[in-house]
Amino acid sequence: MKTTTKLIIISLILQISTSFAGAKDDPFISKFMFDQLESRNADGSNPFVLSGQFWFGHDLKKLWIKTEFERTGGETEEAEIQALFSKAIAPYWDMQMGIRSDLGIDALTNRNWAVLGLQGLAPYFFEIDTAFFIGENGRTALRFEAEYELLFTQKLILTPEIEVNFYGKDDPQTRVGSGLSDSEIGLRLRYEFRRNFAPYIGLVKTNTFGQSAEYLRTEGQAVSDSQFVIGIRSWF
Amino acid sequence: MKEIINSPLNRRKFVTGVAAGGLLYGLGGFSNSFANTQAQAKFHHHPTLKGKQFNLDIGYMPVNFTGKQRLATAVNGSVPCPTLYWQEGDEVTLRVSNKLKHSSSIHWHGIILDTQMDGVPGLSFDGIDAGKTFVYKFKVNQSGTYWYHSHSGFQEQTGMYGAIVIYPKEPDPVSYDREHVIVLSDWSDEKPEKIYRKLKKMSDYYNFRERTSLDLFEEIKSKGVKQTYKDRKMWNKMRMSDRDLSDVTGYTYTYLMNGITPDEGWKGQFKKGEKVRLRIINASAMTLFDIRIPGLKMKVVAADGQNIEPVTVDEFRMGVAETYDVIIEPKEDSAYTIFAQSIDRTGFTRGILAPSAELNAQVPAMDPPPLLGMRDMGMAGMMNMKGMDMKNMSMKSMDRKGMDMNHSKMKGMDHAKMSGMQVSHDEMKTSGKAGFGSQTKPTHVKTEFGPHVDMRAMSPQSGLNDPGIGLRNNMKLYGRKVLTYADICGLAETEDKRDPSREIELHLTGNMSRYMWSINGIKFADADPIQLKYGERVRITIFNDTMMTHPIHLHGMWSELETNEPKYIPKKHTINVQTGSKISYLVTADARGRWAYHCHLLYHMPGMFREVRVS
Repeated sequence: MKTTTKLIIISLILQISTSFAGAKDDPFISKFMFDQLESRNADGSNPFVLSGQFWFGHDLKKLWIKTEFERTGGETEEAEIQALFSKAIAPYWDMQMGIRSDLGIDALTNRNWAVLGLQGLAPYFFEIDTAFFIGENGRTALRFEAEYELLFTQKLILTPEIEVNFYGKDDPQTRVGSGLSDSEIGLRLRYEFRRNFAPYIGLVKTNTFGQSAEYLRTEGQAVSDSQFVIGIRSWF
Repeated sequence: MKEIINSPLNRRKFVTGVAAGGLLYGLGGFSNSFANTQAQAKFHHHPTLKGKQFNLDIGYMPVNFTGKQRLATAVNGSVPCPTLYWQEGDEVTLRVSNKLKHSSSIHWHGIILDTQMDGVPGLSFDGIDAGKTFVYKFKVNQSGTYWYHSHSGFQEQTGMYGAIVIYPKEPDPVSYDREHVIVLSDWSDEKPEKIYRKLKKMSDYYNFRERTSLDLFEEIKSKGVKQTYKDRKMWNKMRMSDRDLSDVTGYTYTYLMNGITPDEGWKGQFKKGEKVRLRIINASAMTLFDIRIPGLKMKVVAADGQNIEPVTVDEFRMGVAETYDVIIEPKEDSAYTIFAQSIDRTGFTRGILAPSAELNAQVPAMDPPPLLGMRDMGMAGMMNMKGMDMKNMSMKSMDRKGMDMNHSKMKGMDHAKMSGMQVSHDEMKTSGKAGFGSQTKPTHVKTEFGPHVDMRAMSPQSGLNDPGIGLRNNMKLYGRKVLTYADICGLAETEDKRDPSREIELHLTGNMSRYMWSINGIKFADADPIQLKYGERVRITIFNDTMMTHPIHLHGMWSELETNEPKYIPKKHTINVQTGSKISYLVTADARGRWAYHCHLLYHMPGMFREVRVS
C-alpha cells in the first residue's frame, strides 16, 4: 500500500500549469466509470456484478482504480481491486503499474499481486486491457480483455467483449489451476439515452478450463454457464 | 415571456433556441432586449458606443437562448458586447471595469497597438482583477472591421465578444449606402469548463455523426467488400474518425447572429437598389461558419479589416476570429437570408435582410456533412498529381487574375499555378522570395513524437487554393463559387518589400482522443517563446499535422499571407490553416514586447499557444 500512497501523491503534484492568457490546458480531472452494473440471471441465484473504473490525474499521468465485484445470494463471490499508476506511452496506449488485491472469503484466500498492464485502443478500434500479475509464493497470472463497439445507430450500441485468465501454477485454495483457467464472453446491447447513461441487456457465457474446471467438478459445480444480464453503464 | 421560455424545444437536430427568448432583462433601453415576436415584427438594432471615451463594465447577465436561463458574461449588459465605433487617427480611452467575481480582460483583436494595451493576462498585463478598473489608451492607426473579446479563461464562450468598426481617415475605397455588423457566435447552456472536461474524458462526446454499421452496410453494397475494406483500412489503423469535423457541435451549441437565435432570426433593413456593406465577424468559441446569401452574390471587399481587391463569390468559410466585409446589392424588394452553417453541418444561424420588417425569407437546408479524406490527413501529395482536383484548382487561380494584369501579376499567376500543382521543389526558384510562400518540406522534430501527438502530415499540400473541407466541390455540386485564400489580394501595395531573412517552421499538433493540443508537440506551459529580432522580416510556415482546421492568430503584428502576389500581399490577423495542409505568411517584427500567438479555437488555445517575443 505504501507504493499506492506514493503514487497518489506523485500524481497529485504532477503538473503545475501556468494560466497565461486563458485556461489551464491540463487540469486535474477525474472520471468514474461503471462499465457493468448488472444483474445476471443464473440458475437459482441472480448474481449482482459491478465492474468499474475510476481515474484521476492529468492527460498523460493518472491514478487508475479498477474493481470487479460479484455477489451471489448475499455472499461475495469475487471482489478484486487494482490501484495502478497509469502513464501514457503511445498516442493510444497507457502503461499501468500497481497492485491488485483479491479479497477471498477468509485470510487464506486473500491474494495480492503486483501488476504490470497495458491499456488502450488497438488498430481497428479494439479496446484492450491486458495485464501481467506477480503474486506471493511464485504465483503469476495473465489477463487479457478486449472490447469492440458496434454502432447500430448513434445511440444503440452492441458491445462484444472477451476476457481470459491464465495462471502460472495451481492454487487449490482459490480453486484456480495453471494454464488457461477461465474465460468470459459477453454481448451487451445498450441504448445511450445520454452519452454517460445507458441501460443494456446482454448475454454472458463463462467457461472454466483445465485444473480450474477440475476443482469445480469435484465440488459438483458447473464448469460453464450462460447468463442473461440486465444493467446500466454510466460514467461521470 | 415566461410561457415562451417554457415552450418545448426541438433538440433532434440542434439547439435552435427560443424565438422570443433572446436576452431576458438587464438591457434597459436597448431594442433587442425584448426580442421580437413575429406579431410585432421589427428590425434589430444592437447597442453601439461611439467616440473617443468609452466606459465598459464587465458583468454577469441572465440570458435565455434555449428555454433555460443561464448567466452570461457581458459588457454593459449586452451579448454580444456593444459595437464600438472608432475613427482612424483618434486616440481612444477605454475604462474597463471588472464586476465579475474573478479576473477578466479585454483583447482588441486585430488592432495594432503597444503590448501593454493588448489585454492578454500574463503577457501584456496582469489582467483586471475582480472589482478593479483598467484604462486602455491607444492611438487608432488603422480602419476596418475588427472585434474585441475576453482573453481570460473561457469567458469568450459565455458572451464576452463584440464588434469594432473603425472609419478610415482617407475616403473609403469601398462605397456603400448602408452597413450592418453581423456577429456570429456559438452559445452553450453548459459551462465552458464543463465542456472542456467532457472533451478530455471523451473527445467525441459531442459527435453524433459517427459511422454506424448501417453506413458500412451501404458502403459495402455500393463499393463491394474489398473496396470498402481498403477505404476503411487507413482510418481503422489510425484509430480516427472521418466524421470528426468539430469538437463541439450543435448538440450543445445554439448558433447566434448578433445575439439572436436562428429560430427568431436577426433582422436588418435594406432598401432596393442600395449597396449594403455587411461587416461579418466570426466571434465563436469553436465554430467555423460557411456564409452565403441565397439569391445574392457577395463582393468581398475586406478580409480581417484590411481592404482587398474586390472578389465576387457565392460562399465563403470563416475561421474563428476572422472578419470579412462584403457588399451586396439586392435588386428586389424581397427578403434575403444570411445563412451561416457550421463546418460540421450540425447547426446554423441565420438572419433576414428585408426592406420591411414583416417580410421573411426562406431558410435553406444545410448541406450534407462532409467526410474527411486523404488530403485532410496530410497525404495530398500521395494522391495522383494529375487528378481532377488539382487541375481545377490551378485553373481557378488563373481565372481570378485573368482580368486585369500587369506584368508582375502575370508572374504571380504562373507561380500560383505551379505551387498549386506542387511542382518539384528544385524547379522553384522563388523559395526565398517574399509573397511566394515556402517550398521547404516538413521536418517532424523529436518533440512531435510521443503519446501526445497522434498524427503527422506526410505530404501536406498548400492550403491556399483550398476552400476547405466540405466546400471543395461546391461549384460542381451547386454552382457556388467559394472564396479561397488564393483569391485574396491586398488593395494597397505591400509596405515592407523585403524578402524574409529566415523561415520559422511550426507544426500544429495534437492528440484528438486525449484532447491535447500543442505546437511542434510542445504545449504552451512547456514552451520557450518564439524570439523575433526587432525590425526583422520572417516567414512563418505552418504545417497542420491534425485533421482539424485551426485559425491561427498572431497578436500585435500583421500576418501577411503569401498568395503569390508579392506586390499586393494581404494583411490578416488570423490565418485559417486547412486540415493536413501548409500555409506561409510573412511577419515584420515591428512591435517590441511579448505577444500571444495561438489557435483561436477556445478549447485548443490553452495548449496550442506560443509567446512571441520581439526584442
